[in-house]
Amino acid sequence: MHTGTAVPLRRSNVDTDQIIPASYLKRVTRTGFEDGLFAAWRDDPDFVLNRPESRGASILVAGQDFGTGSSREHAVWALQDFGFRVVVASRFGDIFTTNAGKAGLLAARVDAKVVAALWELLERQPDAPVTVDLRARTVVTGGADDRIEDAFDVDDYTRWRLLEGLDDVGITMSHEQEITDFERCRPAFLPVTLPARTET
Amino acid sequence: MGRTLAEKVWDEHTVRRAAGEPDLLYVDLHLVHEVTSPQAFDGLRLAGRTVRRPDLTLATEDHNIPTTDLDRPIADPVSRTQVETLRRNCGEFGVRLHPLGDDDQGIVHVVGPQLGLTQPGTTVVCGDSHTSTHGAFGALAFGIGTSEVEHVLATQTLPQNRPRTMAVTVNGRLPDGVGAKDLVLTLIAAVGTGGGQGHVVEYRGEAIRALSMEARMTVCNMSIEWGAKAGLIAPDETTLDYLRDRPHAPRGRDWDAAVAHWRTLVTDHDAEFDREVVLDASATAPFVTWGTNPGQGVALSGRVPYPADLDDEHARASAERALVYMDLDAGTPMREIDIDTVFVGSCTNGRIEDLRLAAEVLDGRRVAEGLRMLVVPGSVRVRLQAEAEGLDAVFEAAGAQWRGAGCSMCLGMNADTLAPGERAASTSNRNFEGRQGRGGRTHLVSPQVAAATAVLGHLASPADLRGA
Repeated sequence: MHTGTAVPLRRSNVDTDQIIPASYLKRVTRTGFEDGLFAAWRDDPDFVLNRPESRGASILVAGQDFGTGSSREHAVWALQDFGFRVVVASRFGDIFTTNAGKAGLLAARVDAKVVAALWELLERQPDAPVTVDLRARTVVTGGADDRIEDAFDVDDYTRWRLLEGLDDVGITMSHEQEITDFERCRPAFLPVTLPARTET
Repeated sequence: MGRTLAEKVWDEHTVRRAAGEPDLLYVDLHLVHEVTSPQAFDGLRLAGRTVRRPDLTLATEDHNIPTTDLDRPIADPVSRTQVETLRRNCGEFGVRLHPLGDDDQGIVHVVGPQLGLTQPGTTVVCGDSHTSTHGAFGALAFGIGTSEVEHVLATQTLPQNRPRTMAVTVNGRLPDGVGAKDLVLTLIAAVGTGGGQGHVVEYRGEAIRALSMEARMTVCNMSIEWGAKAGLIAPDETTLDYLRDRPHAPRGRDWDAAVAHWRTLVTDHDAEFDREVVLDASATAPFVTWGTNPGQGVALSGRVPYPADLDDEHARASAERALVYMDLDAGTPMREIDIDTVFVGSCTNGRIEDLRLAAEVLDGRRVAEGLRMLVVPGSVRVRLQAEAEGLDAVFEAAGAQWRGAGCSMCLGMNADTLAPGERAASTSNRNFEGRQGRGGRTHLVSPQVAAATAVLGHLASPADLRGA
């Protein structure tokens, strides 16, 4: 369960080039990507992330098709490095969703109507605490007269791994014997990269 | 009930299937480059793990390398560090690398097929979304993130949820002067950038069968641009002719065994797709984008649309934003849009056939006054082939720049970028805001349209050049 303030990002089709442009991908470390987050848009003082009320927010509420395009996991890292723990949107790019699940950022898929309601509430009341409950799969905010409580989608396996904090490679390594058995049956005609062959 | 091609390849690679878990898929070929791999190798080191199958792994340098001054060290120190990190990692973990300066260096999705490593019925992954390119061979090929790169390096497998399947059937024949790029841009405009989400797509039908391997790669390359997990095409004689005698193609008895298997890689007659889309190739025409996602396109003969005409609320808002970013007025004929820079290259259109198409248009003509044209071959082999055919001379005589191989201006990670406000006609795959340089404006086009545009200085097709 996570409670924090949320930023309404009223844009759809936010591809990963918008989340972090390629010029910020040259780093070889796993952290330090916060400078690149929405880099082009942050030049604009009115951009929602630049507003004082967005400081310290940990939930991003975005429009349809968030995280489409390039496979760069740096997009997930940049969001995390900036302080986001959850992105709520009505649809995500497939690779972004997988990357988020691996890196520990929750990509919570809700109905487009819920996004619209959240945007409206957050624009009226930017400090409204939003609670995202991974166990119950709900997003909850608002008071007695403007309460929003709705379910979000996240696939069962990702949810389980996020809840348990499991290492994917470790899980697969526990099936090592099955991998070895599979390898023994691979046909001989399949290509190998070594030894290297080249055009003569 | 029968199975689709994608389902057959999936089943053949399933190492483990258990209720409540994703399938564990075996990876036949893992392609690696400098940008999405350093943190994955670090992860291996931290956990004390090795690369399970270096012999199923291949690395090249492509995204972050210069395309000029190749005899000198990389000028940008941060880029140089990233490239040197890949070299160190490949050395330490025993991975084959084709570095800058090597004859097999190039864009990872051009190198795999030309070496004959991309084969029908295999699984191919890479930390790059355009891995879907390899689907042209009937391979199940898709892009992955860095955590997954680490997973594949360590285990040669990936846990994956079984995707749904879709058929895109393209009936009829493409008219003269209309190519694979026009076809796939037409498709994306019709289905939308999210149209393929969660699906593996099989492209089929008469028009697809008639495409060369290189044109098929262009189509499959753009699968990710409409959200598909992967796109593939059943292997046929065209595929076999391309593969035969490639360095890593099977030989002798292995070739016969492989071909026998490849012939089974078709969708069964009684198989069912979860979705089907049908297109008529004969109704297609040169096609270009006006907006900031690959679905925002229109025929070259058309006009910039009026956002108010769009029914969907998201599409309308997105179009309004796009027109502001692109500095275009609704209603402007596409042919009246002036272009500053033309880029021919990328994993979408950087292969030898693409360069031939562009050179044919440019032969005996000049690039318009003040316009910059970059021609960037997809690999060193493509560059050498083009030079053997004299295409470099055609480009240079026309006033275009002939460069070294790499991703270059497709994503503007190296020095090949657009300036703010600069407008490009580009044979690449993404017209996202700032993709080719902050503030740069991109129109996606085919190689033929790119070349004609370079001559006339505004968006144009070769047909517009008659008499010019």
